[in-house]
This record gives sequence, structure tokens and C-alpha cells, in this order.
Amino acid sequence: MEPKSCSGDGNPSRNLHPSKPLMAANFLRCLSRIQQTATNSSVGSRSRRIRRAAYASMAYSAGHRRAWSWALLRKLRCRRVRPVILPRRPRIARPQVVIEIDRAEVLRKLVPGGTGMDYCRLLEETADYIRCLATQVRLMQTVTDSISS
Amino acid sequence: MSSRRPRSWQSSSASRITDEQINDLVSKLQAVLPEARIRRSDRVSAAKVLQETCNYIRSLHREVDDLSERLSELLASTESSSAQAAVIRSLLM
Repeated sequence: MEPKSCSGDGNPSRNLHPSKPLMAANFLRCLSRIQQTATNSSVGSRSRRIRRAAYASMAYSAGHRRAWSWALLRKLRCRRVRPVILPRRPRIARPQVVIEIDRAEVLRKLVPGGTGMDYCRLLEETADYIRCLATQVRLMQTVTDSISS
Repeated sequence: MSSRRPRSWQSSSASRITDEQINDLVSKLQAVLPEARIRRSDRVSAAKVLQETCNYIRSLHREVDDLSERLSELLASTESSSAQAAVIRSLLM
């Protein structure tokens, strides 16, 4: 699902991810469940569950189409403490782009699944990840505003 | 004897990745960053775009953490029915 390219500069929905309605539905359903089942939990543990729900709804709505969501889903499903050897994608030789290499290493750690990709893929995945993350943040802000008003 | 080249993980397209392709991807990344961080009209170096991207991702992660905590506090202090009503309202927005 590719987003349409924007025509003007004043179009704020350019930065919204196309799967926003799906993300909203997933996240709100999780929030509802957390509110019902975690009434006696501490603020901290509920906050952790909400945070997890945020990343889960992002990853589920992007599904397996994206490497970052696939990596995030794997991480979310494996809550075990002992380390599990998961199959990794084969490492492709990266082109020697000298100046950006250090920054790319930092970026690889920030984007889920970033360590297994070549540079071009990393740039693509990062753009999609950012759009999705920004959409999720906006969603959470909207819900917060609604509840607190 | 067969003259077919064996298929390898290193696809031949990896060596054909041009600077132009990378510049194109970097500018697409620049387009996703908010205006406050990097003006989209500027020709900025790839290193700067990557740096701002890392900063932006980190700030988004922090926002998710903060909003999670805030939502957690709100859910604790709000009645179940009014919270659900608010939640449904924001679904309809």
C-alpha cells in the first residue's frame, strides 16, 4: 500500500501512515482491555502495557509487509528471558558509502530489524517506520486529549 | 560444461546501486522529517539527514513512553464508562 505523493506543501496528511484507521482500532481495543483488566495494577505496569500495545498495534497494522514490523512482531512475541536464536536474514554486502556509515550504524540500532539490512533497504524502512511511529504518537495524543477533556 | 552463473546472495544489483538512488532515498527520508527539524526545500547533506532522523526517532520513542505513562495515569483516575466514551469519540474522529 503506497501512499500517494503529495502535491502541495501544506498537506499534513502526507506524513500519516496509510494504515492509520487500522492502527487506531487495534490500539483502542488494547486500551479498553487494559483499562478493564488492570484496574488494580500500578501506574508503571499499566504504562508498560500501554507502551507495548502501542508498538504492537503499529507492527500488526504494517504486518509482514515491512522488515521493521516483522522484526518488531518477532520481538513482541518472544517475551522469554532466555535468549532464543531466531533465524536471521542473510547479510548482504553493503556498498561502501563512506561518509554515512557511522550514522547508518546508529540508525540500524534505532529501527527494528535494522541490523540485517543493506543501506538502501534501511533508508526505505526508516521512512516507513517514522511515518508509522509519528501516526501512533498522534493517535495517542488524540486519545489522551479526549480522555482528559 | 554449463556456462550458467550460480545464483549468489550478493545480487548483481547491489553493485549497481548508484549515488542517485541513494540520494533519492535520502531525500524521501528528508521529506518525512518535520519542518522544524529540517526544511524540506534545503539541499542538506545525507549525513545531516541521517543525524536528524536518529534524533527524531529517539524523540518519538520518548513521546510514546511519556504518552503511555500519561494514559496510564488517566485511565486510573477516570471512570471506566467515561473513558470508554472518550475512546469511542476519538475513534470516530
